[in-house]
Amino acid sequence: MSGAPEVAGAGKAGRPDLADGEWHRLHPATPLLRGGIALIAVLGFALANFRERAVELLFGGPVPDDPFQTAYERGHLGWVGLALVVGLLVGIAGFYASWRMHTFRVGDDVVEVRSGILFRTHRRARLDRIQGVSIARPLFARIFGAAKLDISVAGQDAKVQLSYLGSTDADRLRREVLLLASGVQQSEADRTTVAAAADLSATAPGSAAAVAATGQADGIVHQRVRELLAPELDPSAAPPESVVRIPPGRLIGSLVLSGFTVALLVVGAIVVVASVTGRQELLVIILVPGVLAAGGYYFNRFTKSLRYSIAGTSDGVRIGYGLLSTSNDTLPPGRIHAVEVSQPLLWRPAGWWMIRINRAGAAGEASSQTSTTMLPVGTVDDVRRVLGLLLPGLAGEQTRELVLAGLVARKGGGFSAAPRRSWPYQPLSWRRTGSAITADAVLLRSGFVWRHLSIVPFARVQSLRLTRGPLHRALRLSELTVHTVAGPVRSNLPALDAEAADESFEAWARAAVRAAAADTAHRWAAHPQATAPDVQLAQTVAPEAPHADPIPPRPGGDPA
Amino acid sequence: MSDPEVPPHTDDGQRVSPERPGVPPQADDWQRVSPKYVGVEIVSAAIGALVLCGITVPFIVLGTWFGWPALGLAVVIGVLNLAFAPRRVRSIGYRLRADDLVFRRGIMFHRRVSVPYGRMQLIDINRGPVARALGLAELKFVTAAAATGVSIPGLVESDADALRDRLVSLAESRRIGL
Repeated sequence: MSGAPEVAGAGKAGRPDLADGEWHRLHPATPLLRGGIALIAVLGFALANFRERAVELLFGGPVPDDPFQTAYERGHLGWVGLALVVGLLVGIAGFYASWRMHTFRVGDDVVEVRSGILFRTHRRARLDRIQGVSIARPLFARIFGAAKLDISVAGQDAKVQLSYLGSTDADRLRREVLLLASGVQQSEADRTTVAAAADLSATAPGSAAAVAATGQADGIVHQRVRELLAPELDPSAAPPESVVRIPPGRLIGSLVLSGFTVALLVVGAIVVVASVTGRQELLVIILVPGVLAAGGYYFNRFTKSLRYSIAGTSDGVRIGYGLLSTSNDTLPPGRIHAVEVSQPLLWRPAGWWMIRINRAGAAGEASSQTSTTMLPVGTVDDVRRVLGLLLPGLAGEQTRELVLAGLVARKGGGFSAAPRRSWPYQPLSWRRTGSAITADAVLLRSGFVWRHLSIVPFARVQSLRLTRGPLHRALRLSELTVHTVAGPVRSNLPALDAEAADESFEAWARAAVRAAAADTAHRWAAHPQATAPDVQLAQTVAPEAPHADPIPPRPGGDPA
Repeated sequence: MSDPEVPPHTDDGQRVSPERPGVPPQADDWQRVSPKYVGVEIVSAAIGALVLCGITVPFIVLGTWFGWPALGLAVVIGVLNLAFAPRRVRSIGYRLRADDLVFRRGIMFHRRVSVPYGRMQLIDINRGPVARALGLAELKFVTAAAATGVSIPGLVESDADALRDRLVSLAESRRIGL
């Protein structure tokens, strides 16, 4: 394993393999990137105050009142300067020590991080429990060629965070972590890494080709530029083409037609009316910050969703986001607990949809908004492609029809229907409310105004609940809920025929047990029947690179 | 899906009973909780009724017109609640099937939950003061979904321990991922 060859053309020569089971340190610029803002603020403060002194020293002239002035007048400038320097040195020493003490190790089964100076933390995570690996590159870190690698496992705040690593190191480490987690034998993992690395230098496709060609030139500037312009999806580990493209126009349209805009217009109307009727100060107090905040929100959402890409890799689905600060997330097979396709009313004329998922470990995070959105906005075709990646079992011809019916049909289409008497619970949508099952998932359709289709793979169902309140009883109805890990997806049917609900409850319970027993997704490449992402739906996806054949052939591709 | 090594009181995963919809299943194979649990229910219902009555007292003292009617209503609610306590306790039941645990409770708001054993993340055993005096314990089955909320109250302590061990070993033999 120590003989793992270097990544030609990608990493710097002589860089050790990060997943070799030894302890490694993070990127040397880490202290600057993490505490960078504070350090720069102190420096800025010092400089801003010294500026006057410098100006006076150089040119002579009037000096305004400031702390340094007072210190100067009393002859204490030396002490102040010394305190400042000592403070800075202590800060730097602290950052340096914390960098020295912050080490990580990726073994065959676990990833470990040790950190802290006084209070030591040692965190171990099992690789087969990985729920996702994401690489984030905030703008500041991108300039330095650094990236943050998050290995998330299920649980509140349970993630192994490696911030920061070199940009190419992060890509390489992710590949290795996913390979180790997938259950492929170690030797194969090595070979695949070599093959993948060979690919990287050999086949730099599409837009990256020109950049990569020039990238052979030495020099740190070139490397930075190359990294900045490189496609978000690592071409060696993912098919180069994203299966979905979101034109900027559609993205803008989706933001303009969002619920936020409606709320904004309502508030705006109230403010205008109020100010016209004589309270002019309201206009200034609310309008100026309001416009700024709204503009910030739109800009933020826009840049975050720009350059969206999604593609299937051998280690799961990879989603990339972001223009200035970029991030991309790899979800190994079987880590998606529920999928929801929804359509707000305003998007209906345009035929746009949104896909969100439930995943373990993402709930309650600040970034959960983006990490659970799989498709910010897309057409029915896009939805079909993305669903094919997320849940390969839905790729068959029949289920495709079923999904389409689940999205747009007003009634029927292979879904069970709620009876007419359930209208008190769902006055408009009772015709649409219903469920359907495929071999490995249950589809719940609801919503007339705001259309929803929730899909829960049976292998990920945590429990089922059937509820019957007094009104339900009077109308012979039942509510059926499928429990999954916490997330934005709502998976329940508020009112069904009681008898049908009983039958569904029993049938789904059995299906869930069966599917869970047959599920081997936690070591997705170790078993031949593992559920690898199916790219059959996505015609734009190029076939897998011939070098990468150590990974077992994909099973799910048989046309149903 | 029947499994010979699993407990005597499982069935082959068939429908509960051909009951009319809307009526809780009356099949005999449901495990009931200890009848002593009625005591816990009565105490908590009584405390609830007292609190409800207590809320109305200030209004009576202040001499508002709805003070006395509110107290009357509170008393009626309290008495009904108490009267239904045994019925409520009888509605609590669970079944250990071949591969999942089915739990039900409630008359007015009936609910039934099915949890595959393999989904177990941990099991809690809690004992409240009254339950402890009666030698009872509550067993809570926790999965990765917060909403599952299966807790079986009113088990005799030794039964609760035995059930916990059984559930743990069942979960171990049917271990599945998240």
